[in-house]
Amino acid sequence: MELLAVFLPLFAFIVAGLFGKQIGDIGCQIVTSASVIIAAVFSVILFFEVGLGDYEAYSTILTRWIDSGTFQVNWALRVDTLSVVMMCVINIVSSCVHIYSIGYMSHDAAKGRFMAYLSLFTFAMLMLVTADNLLQLFFGWEGVGLASYLLIGFWNHKPSANAAAQKAFVVNRVGDFGLALGIMAVFVIFGSLDFDVIFSQVSDFADYKFVFLGYELHALTVASLLLFMGAVGKSAQLGLHTWLPDAMEGPTPVSALIHAATMVTAGVFLVARMSPLFEFAPVALIVVTVFGATTAFVAATIGLTQFDIKRVIAYSTMSQLGYMFFALGVSAYGAAMFHLMTHAFFKALLFLGAGSVIHAMSDEQDMRNMGGIAKKIPATYTMMWIGSLALAGVGIPGIFGFAGFYSKDMVLEAAWADASWFGHYAYWMGIAAAVMTAFYSGRLIFMTFHGKPRASKQVMSHIHESPAVMLAPLYVLAFGAIFAGFLFYNSFVGSAHHGEHDAHHIAKPLASGDHHDTAMIESTTKRNAKEEIKKAAGTIKAGIETQVSNVEEKMIGHAESIAEDHSNGDLNPRAKSDNDQIDAAHTDKHTNDHDDKAHFAATKEDFWKNTIFIRAGNDTVDAAHGVDLWVKLLPLIAGLFGLGLSYIFYIVAPGLPEKCVKAFKYPHQLLFNKWYFDELYDALIVKNALRLGRVFAVAGDKNIIDRLGPDGTALASLKTGTIFGKIQSGFIYHYAFIMIISVIGLVTWFFMKAW
Amino acid sequence: MLDFNLIPILPEIFLAFTAMGLLIVGVSGGNKSTDIICWAAVLSCLMAIFLLFGISWQRTTVLNDMFIIDQFGGFMKLIILLGMIASIALSVKYLYQEQMIRFEYPVLMLMACVGMMLMVSAHNLLGLYMALELQSLSLYVLAAFRRNSYKSAEAGTKYFVLGALSSGLILFGISLVYGFTGSINFSVIQTSLSNEGAANIGAIIGMVFLLSGLAFKISAVPFHMWTPDVYQGAPTSVTAFFAIVPKVAAFALIIRLLYEPFAPLMEQWSQIILFLSVASMTVGAFAALVQDNLKRLLAYSSIGNMGYALIGIVAGNEAGVSAVIIYLFIYMFMTAGTFGVILCLRRGGIASEKISDLGGLSLTNPALAYAMAILMFSMSGLPPLAGFFGKLFVFQAAIDGELYALAIYGVITTVIAAYYYLRIIKVMFFDDPVDTLDKDIPFARRAVIFVSVIFVLGFIIKPNLLVSSSQSAASAITAPQGLAVKKTIKEPPQAAAAGDRPSSTEAAATVTGAQDK
Repeated sequence: MELLAVFLPLFAFIVAGLFGKQIGDIGCQIVTSASVIIAAVFSVILFFEVGLGDYEAYSTILTRWIDSGTFQVNWALRVDTLSVVMMCVINIVSSCVHIYSIGYMSHDAAKGRFMAYLSLFTFAMLMLVTADNLLQLFFGWEGVGLASYLLIGFWNHKPSANAAAQKAFVVNRVGDFGLALGIMAVFVIFGSLDFDVIFSQVSDFADYKFVFLGYELHALTVASLLLFMGAVGKSAQLGLHTWLPDAMEGPTPVSALIHAATMVTAGVFLVARMSPLFEFAPVALIVVTVFGATTAFVAATIGLTQFDIKRVIAYSTMSQLGYMFFALGVSAYGAAMFHLMTHAFFKALLFLGAGSVIHAMSDEQDMRNMGGIAKKIPATYTMMWIGSLALAGVGIPGIFGFAGFYSKDMVLEAAWADASWFGHYAYWMGIAAAVMTAFYSGRLIFMTFHGKPRASKQVMSHIHESPAVMLAPLYVLAFGAIFAGFLFYNSFVGSAHHGEHDAHHIAKPLASGDHHDTAMIESTTKRNAKEEIKKAAGTIKAGIETQVSNVEEKMIGHAESIAEDHSNGDLNPRAKSDNDQIDAAHTDKHTNDHDDKAHFAATKEDFWKNTIFIRAGNDTVDAAHGVDLWVKLLPLIAGLFGLGLSYIFYIVAPGLPEKCVKAFKYPHQLLFNKWYFDELYDALIVKNALRLGRVFAVAGDKNIIDRLGPDGTALASLKTGTIFGKIQSGFIYHYAFIMIISVIGLVTWFFMKAW
Repeated sequence: MLDFNLIPILPEIFLAFTAMGLLIVGVSGGNKSTDIICWAAVLSCLMAIFLLFGISWQRTTVLNDMFIIDQFGGFMKLIILLGMIASIALSVKYLYQEQMIRFEYPVLMLMACVGMMLMVSAHNLLGLYMALELQSLSLYVLAAFRRNSYKSAEAGTKYFVLGALSSGLILFGISLVYGFTGSINFSVIQTSLSNEGAANIGAIIGMVFLLSGLAFKISAVPFHMWTPDVYQGAPTSVTAFFAIVPKVAAFALIIRLLYEPFAPLMEQWSQIILFLSVASMTVGAFAALVQDNLKRLLAYSSIGNMGYALIGIVAGNEAGVSAVIIYLFIYMFMTAGTFGVILCLRRGGIASEKISDLGGLSLTNPALAYAMAILMFSMSGLPPLAGFFGKLFVFQAAIDGELYALAIYGVITTVIAAYYYLRIIKVMFFDDPVDTLDKDIPFARRAVIFVSVIFVLGFIIKPNLLVSSSQSAASAITAPQGLAVKKTIKEPPQAAAAGDRPSSTEAAATVTGAQDK
């Protein structure tokens, strides 16, 4: 099953990439979408088996990759909770994006190539998360980097897209350099790259030291920090983040899939995967926390001032990644993964929604040229609201909330519960960022959809709702953005040890009906819980059913629209892929229902099993359930406050933003120019590197290496050849002369030696 | 005293009689019977192969030690006969296309073949010379075969005059060796030399002359001067024959000479071969860079290839000899295929020989272009084609013999040589097409190209077939002398130290005395 879930996208890539011309654009779209959707179905099944069920985690070894002395690496698929969570996220978001792209790229010339790249990316990402050793992870890591490069620069007729692609690649190289060193360090320490081998030995090396750059350093800290360097690059944390906003040059589905939902979370996954290592490197954890918290804050401040709709969301992504990292830093790996999952849904939703807006506005991305289009594209408008509310983390404590409400609160509570200076630092940074997040989310909605239209009349007259093929994925993602937090709260971060706190807890919708947990939960709580289960299950079912029927309606509508567009009978294949989509939705529903009845991993211990390692006494997620009430409520208040503020700024008193800009001229410039990171890098690194490069290129390469090397030898060879050619005069006596002289020479040689 | 066991010599006798029989047929049938004679010649080569397999390859000497048959000789003869079949098959149609239909052509080739087979089996310096001359005289005539062509006549003349010079060198060498060792019999020479070793300067000089003459036959630098001119001037089918077969025979002869009579002088001859090898590789790599005539280019290519093959001899071990045999075998196949393609390059009945004539061949005649590309890749030594393995074994032998510098030099020249092979491919695939080729490619030529390409591609699948048989052939030539060789390797320092003239002249005197008896 895991084989299908991982290799179907590869198959799709090969088919669409190599035979794209033969099977045509529609063929490519069907093959890739169908493959990824089937893969998604399988990964959901795996999720229920391995994550929520009580299947043991396992590794499927495909073949030996490298066998060199003691260095042995396999190709293997590791299936445990961590990887199946990632597989679900990747495959579900990827299928949505695949379907969405059919509509979004409908005017593009190279649809087949685009779909092939998307599938390639999906495969590489799956290889990354199912790796059972660091080298295979590195393979996937580089694979997603390549796919990202190809997709950012997909519109390669645009110089800015090419530049952005190169920037992403080069900046990631810096991070990957660290990752590669980290992998080598791990090999030096443990003598193996297999996760199992590493994790089983970690405690033995807790105090191990080795020499790095001439200093004797704590080995695990060094290795962890080097690995984290890779994560910083891939996940656009402060310092190596400059590529992410530029990456928005790629088509919007790409931004949704790669630069919001999946690839950029690879760093989070890496740290979570290597949790045993980081747990024994407290210093590294502090660094991770501080990096994450600072990123969350800085990115949010930049997001306040940007006008490009995609860039706003990009900075928001960066900021949310910061949340995930400081959650990791305070050992709340479950919370980080939880936020990763919910974030994937609502951020992909926001991006695809933004894509829908851009599509409607004839490729306009500047929010200053939008406004007043809410009524014209109501579905997109609703979706954007759902996404934004989820991002802002809005919910009603104890009853229901959007996905971000559960995960973001959990992250912040865990940070507070860490009860350390960096935990508190992260908490306050996170609260500040939460205010700003809500503010710019509101700003985005209000500027884009409300107020007076600022676009030209021509554009306004063209505005139209996106086709069903683009909206259907939005609905699926919106479903995730609404319910993902609510449904999986207990599984990801629910606690078994702090039952007494559950009474006070904001949300406890799905306590377990399973027997082996009952002992741990007080009977009163249980009774409450049972009632709530009934309620919740009802809600879910209703939700799912409306959702599915929605999707079905849309699909039918879409099939009809296709039939109109292509009266020549092309509709069958496409309609089929859409049916797959519906089937997938059905399967989702079915399995969900099934699991409501059957056992449901009710606590994070049941869910994560042993895939995440937390040192004793360090379990901040457990502790987070017991923090003071104000700590729990503050994030929500921050979110509502931010939203309210944006309402005042952009609806009630539209002149206010300008006044603020005037009042805070210099801070605004700092933020508007993204804290001058790009300028700083340009002055410090890029210019000097170019200068150095020019020296080496002209003086070193051209004048020395080329002249003495390739060019020189080639010339010398030709000259030698010409000389030989001249000796070949054609005169027979010359030939004879040379023969005789040679014989004489040889004879002399032996005479000389004899005497 | 009379040793009249003629069984081991049966294939040669058969071929000689057939050749003369076919001559009679030709005389009575005139030039019209040329193609019949050609195919009869092919058939007789096939028969000779059967006969060759029929006789025992156990080491035996017959005709008063004039003639030897052993594993090595048998295997080399097999290669020669295969090469003969290929080159006659390539020629038939060409004779008609170029209006040089004369029945003597196949007869001469058969004669040359007899000469070459006798060379391989020579066990006596005079036998060697006779066989060599039989072969050479046939080749001189063949080179000038299109006698109304100025170039062909020039090629024949040059080849003849320089060949005569080389024969002179060989004869002089033989007389010196005879004078200083007292015998023309290979075994006696070996025994005599292993007693004296390097002290016998006369014999060494004789060997130098002998080797120089033979180096002419394999066109090793600096005795290669005739090669480009003759390759270019001779009719293409003859050039193909020159490139394919006589080299193998001459190589076999050199190996036998060096490992049987002159085995005790390994220290000395390896210096000569080293020089020849390095010089050949150099000239082969560089001079071909500036050629624009295909046949001339292949002449330099063959010079370079002889240089690589010589590396195996310098290595001086069994692996080396086996590598040489493998190398020659593969080289023969590749060359046959390549000339097959060149023979197909005809436009409106006129043969083209320029590299530029290959332009756009991939469009006008893709099958031919791909065949040529595969052959060229193989020639330049790219894995997984056969040519790569030929070079691999040779360089491996050099490494085993601790000749690192030589191996490295070989690899470097391979890289340089790759340029002109790849250039041909580039011209075929990337240049603008010239006019289309004539379509009528005869079956025999197709077959030769096909077999050659299949061999080149398929060698990697079952390399052991060739490798193991060449190893047994190599061990047959190196094993019996093993003791003697080892002995001389130890000896030279002493001999050189005590190398004063009196002892050598004394030895010469005693040997001559013995001869007088």
